[in-house]
Amino acid sequence: MLKFSVRRLLQLVPILLGLSILVFAWVHALPGGPAQALLGERATPARVEAVRHDYGLDRPIAVQYLSYMNKVVHFDFGQSITTQRSVTSEIRRRFPATIELTLAAMLFAIGVGIPLGFWSARRYLSWIDNTSMAGSLLGISIPVFFLAFILKYVFAVKLGWLPSVGRIDVTRDVRHPTGFYVLDAILTLDVGTLVDVLKHLVLPGIALGTIPLAIVTRITRAAVLEVENEDYVRTAEAKGLTAPVVNRRHILKNAMLPVATVIGLQTGLLLSGAVLTEIVFAWGGMGSFLEQAIFDRDFPVLQGGILFLAIVFVVVNLLVDLAYGLLDPRIRVR
Amino acid sequence: MSLAEAQAAELTLELEPDEAGGRWRQVLRRMARNPLAIVGAGLVLLFVLVALLAPVLAPYKPTVGDLSRIRPGYIPGPSAHHWLGLDQLGRDELSRILYGARYSLLIGVVSLAIGASVGIFVGATAGAFGGWVDNLLMRLMDIMLAIPGLLFAIAVAALLGRSLRSVMIAIAVVNVPIFARLLRASMLSQRESDYVLAARSLGVRRGRIVTQHILPNSMAPVIVQGTLALATAIIDAAGLAFLGLGSADPAVPEWGRMLAETQRFLQSSPQLAFFPGAAIVLSVLGFNLVGDALREALDPKLRR
Repeated sequence: MLKFSVRRLLQLVPILLGLSILVFAWVHALPGGPAQALLGERATPARVEAVRHDYGLDRPIAVQYLSYMNKVVHFDFGQSITTQRSVTSEIRRRFPATIELTLAAMLFAIGVGIPLGFWSARRYLSWIDNTSMAGSLLGISIPVFFLAFILKYVFAVKLGWLPSVGRIDVTRDVRHPTGFYVLDAILTLDVGTLVDVLKHLVLPGIALGTIPLAIVTRITRAAVLEVENEDYVRTAEAKGLTAPVVNRRHILKNAMLPVATVIGLQTGLLLSGAVLTEIVFAWGGMGSFLEQAIFDRDFPVLQGGILFLAIVFVVVNLLVDLAYGLLDPRIRVR
Repeated sequence: MSLAEAQAAELTLELEPDEAGGRWRQVLRRMARNPLAIVGAGLVLLFVLVALLAPVLAPYKPTVGDLSRIRPGYIPGPSAHHWLGLDQLGRDELSRILYGARYSLLIGVVSLAIGASVGIFVGATAGAFGGWVDNLLMRLMDIMLAIPGLLFAIAVAALLGRSLRSVMIAIAVVNVPIFARLLRASMLSQRESDYVLAARSLGVRRGRIVTQHILPNSMAPVIVQGTLALATAIIDAAGLAFLGLGSADPAVPEWGRMLAETQRFLQSSPQLAFFPGAAIVLSVLGFNLVGDALREALDPKLRR
């Protein structure tokens, strides 16, 4: 296992290096170069030259890359043009919101998807199977922001059951020691706030969780269909084990391998891809940060934010691979 | 064609009687029996027809509106003259939805064509040469895959500026590594098969084996992915437009932008968000259904 982990970690190095080069090159590929992008199209050539000098953009490209890398490995992702704040501190403030939303979405996807996929397979081609398969196809065909609209319209605007925007009721004055509002509410033993925060999580969580729900359901179903015809399942049934025991210990356990992988991959995608959902629900996580940066053409923020999210995605994928190696000894040998 | 090749070709046919033309006819027949495939094909056909015939079908001009009919807090809904009502600038919503299909189809097809051709070229090169070429190309693709699709598209579109062209390029770029990896993996699995061995032992040149034998037999997963990629392209284009990265011309009736712009009217005129959203869902669903059915029809394990 150690050898496998080390090898997998080493494979990460060229990817991260390539990623940093790509993101670095991205800003330099901007029309007119980074200085022009910083100042806007109407800046005078003299002003552009001054900024180029101030930011060290007149140095050789290799030197610039090395100094950029030096900053990145020290978690310095640059500074926003519009707010002058450091991108790292903004990420630290906003990323917990995105993590919280992602976890809520995955909880929904796993909690509903695995039982649904399991029973679809066990009742293969029954109405429950057909309905859940049709539903999951619809789930992957609906743009997440449209689903967010519908949920918001029905449950917030029409029925008024749930809040439509934000993470917490703005009139609530509470401390946020960790930035994870659910955790904060639990830590400060504030039941009222906890309920309020959970209510705010429901609609965005469902909207963001729908695509992973569809995928988890389909993968679980496929895995269970594959496993239930295995010899060891027949053996288990033949030796008189009850259905719940066979289901749990023999079928579900073995079917979980591909499901675990998909859950990991989807989590990585959600952490980075919650952008659209966050905007609809004014969530205040990484999504609105990036949207504002696109609007302002704030390239340092885009550069830092994208690099950060890509690194998170790569690291989550690494963890998935390691977990897979842990679950399935066969993987380690390859 | 040399004698050796002719014999190899015959061998191929003997070994794999389903391959080539006959196989695709079988796939089509299998799909025709699948009701979901029929529904999907119907949706796709409808989408393509609407896109092509939008100027004929649309009752009004999609870019010209009558602002005098819009009052604060009131946008006329569906009526006999305007089946889907008017939008926030007094333009006919139905005409805009119909014209919107053109943009979705255009973005989907162009980005798929660029992304798939570059991806197929890279994948085929890697699969055919192997060794360090393969290694280098695949590591490059890994780096591109390390950035989640939508994020990558945002980066490319932001770089190129607001236009339909940058949306198409952005989505195409995201597709490149997906097609490259898929084709390469498919070619690797074919490389060891009996008909390739047969061709090789008969002395067929490597270039010919790759282009005439391995490549055509490796295309099935690529075609499935192509269908699904069209679905993703429509969703991603809508997402980019939603983020303000679509066409620079605000009059362009892009479904994603129509959805984004009407978010403000959610209280008073929810239909303005509903119609473009439903149009996106139906066309995406069509491609997903066809792609799914195609995969099932092609997958020997699922043939029951």
